[in-house]
Amino acid sequence: MRILVVAEHDRTTIRSGTRSAIGFANSVAQQSGGTVECLVLGHEIDHVAQDAASISQVLSADCAALADPVADRHAHVIAKVATERNVDLVVAASTSYAKDIVGRAAGLLGGSMASEVVGHEIRDGRLVMRRPMFAGAVTATVRLTGHPQIVTIRATAYQPPPPADEKQPITAIGIDESALPNHICFERVESKPSHRPDVTEAGIVVSGGRALKNSDDFERLVGGLADALGGATGSSRALVDAGITSNDLQVGQTGKIVAPDLYIALGISGAVQHLAGMKNSKVIVAINHDPDAPMFEMADYGLVGDVYELVPQLIEKLHAE
Amino acid sequence: MTPMKILVPTKRVPDTDQKIRVREDGSGIDEQHLPFVVNPFDAIAVEEALRIRENSADNVEVVAVGIGSDDYESELRTSLAMGADRAILVECAEVLDPWNVARILDEVVKRETPDLVLMGKQAVDDDANQAGQFLAALLDWPQATFASQVDFDERRLRVERETDAGIEVVLVDLPAVITTDLRLNEPRYASLPSILKARKKPIERIDFEQLGIAIEPRIEVLSMESTSTGRTCVRVNSVDELLDRLRCEAKAI
Repeated sequence: MRILVVAEHDRTTIRSGTRSAIGFANSVAQQSGGTVECLVLGHEIDHVAQDAASISQVLSADCAALADPVADRHAHVIAKVATERNVDLVVAASTSYAKDIVGRAAGLLGGSMASEVVGHEIRDGRLVMRRPMFAGAVTATVRLTGHPQIVTIRATAYQPPPPADEKQPITAIGIDESALPNHICFERVESKPSHRPDVTEAGIVVSGGRALKNSDDFERLVGGLADALGGATGSSRALVDAGITSNDLQVGQTGKIVAPDLYIALGISGAVQHLAGMKNSKVIVAINHDPDAPMFEMADYGLVGDVYELVPQLIEKLHAE
Repeated sequence: MTPMKILVPTKRVPDTDQKIRVREDGSGIDEQHLPFVVNPFDAIAVEEALRIRENSADNVEVVAVGIGSDDYESELRTSLAMGADRAILVECAEVLDPWNVARILDEVVKRETPDLVLMGKQAVDDDANQAGQFLAALLDWPQATFASQVDFDERRLRVERETDAGIEVVLVDLPAVITTDLRLNEPRYASLPSILKARKKPIERIDFEQLGIAIEPRIEVLSMESTSTGRTCVRVNSVDELLDRLRCEAKAI
């Protein structure tokens, strides 16, 4: 089986989700016999290719027209590489980039796609996968028909591989820029710089919900506790809708999926859509004034009370040590 | 802006407030007594199409599309009651995966030649997040997924997209496929008079076989099971007890 992992990067290194995707690809390759290559797209991406080469063979598609993550062009290149190299399985981590671009590439490649895969096995020589449905209430066991197959995996479900002993080869892919689609114009991305780790990559996540009344309180209580623990901040949908937090912090069915070692939910009631995004965390703590909040049913430790009163105490005690 | 046509594909899904139960034999979910609604993201797409029409000096036609059995009529009536001009029901009894939904929509688009397809970024039943991207690929149209703001810029659309990195802004040429995210708008409720009026609006029925395509299954669901969620919550009485347990018992900090 020839496996192609589509990498996502920050122009310097590949993202941790891509490492998990390579972990999945390696596992399938070992079980079924096969090869894994990692496709890096962008412009002036030598550092990214070098980084990827520490864990995988690399194909580098480097040209100015691919500098920004524009769906039609990136998908065109991914589909072309997959076809020309007779790839059997295209893999990526399930991120907004992959949902947008690898989804479109899958459309160009015949639509055999499974999203958000959390487990797999080889059964009778075929790849059988598990994926959540209905906001995680149901886990379906699926397999794909058609060729090639396209799979996005949940990064939280797969381990990144250890670095290889020596750098793997990097092969440049020639791109004919004049053949690329040109109907989407990338203008800008408005990302808020943060000193905190990414919510999908942090070992500890502190999330805030409806109990937080404004962005100053969110920063002071949720941000303050996250900083005291060296963790990331997350948010329920309610706070994003209210304009208190930005959308890239939203944890849940339609937001980000996280599974840190420790998840602390502050004033989050625990709608199923939120639980879908964090219920695989190792240890879950809920603090809420409502003793009947559904969040407690998903928690290992629960503390009933006002977050405005309890969280400053927590921060103070952590700092005192 | 010139006259335009907006096609809004809508899916019928179980109400998100309902508890989903898997049938005992694992063959699927138990749909008995389950209320169905228009997929919430598709309702946002209907609303956005209506707002484009309301803000335009020119004639804008909003066409809702459903694919499925007769049962889909009630969800199409919901879109009509919200204000869609007419609806198309592609009659198809088979269970469709996103690839086949996109192929059917591809044929509907070729018949209707809309300027814009607006649809939800994902259906909250299979949570696949694929059909819009597949349709854009099949049509070779530009796409802007996960839209939180859509504005006209001459004959292009400026779309703000919700991405992992923050809000991304792209300009797309028309015709295009736009998929909607949560914060694009808040869909209106249909008033009683508009519900009554919607009963008289036309729903065109097309047998999917008339579209000249055969279903090509791509994803085969072998079985389903309820995801186990149970945890036993230890209620602690103080901040000190919480920190102590996180340190000594859970070894989480």
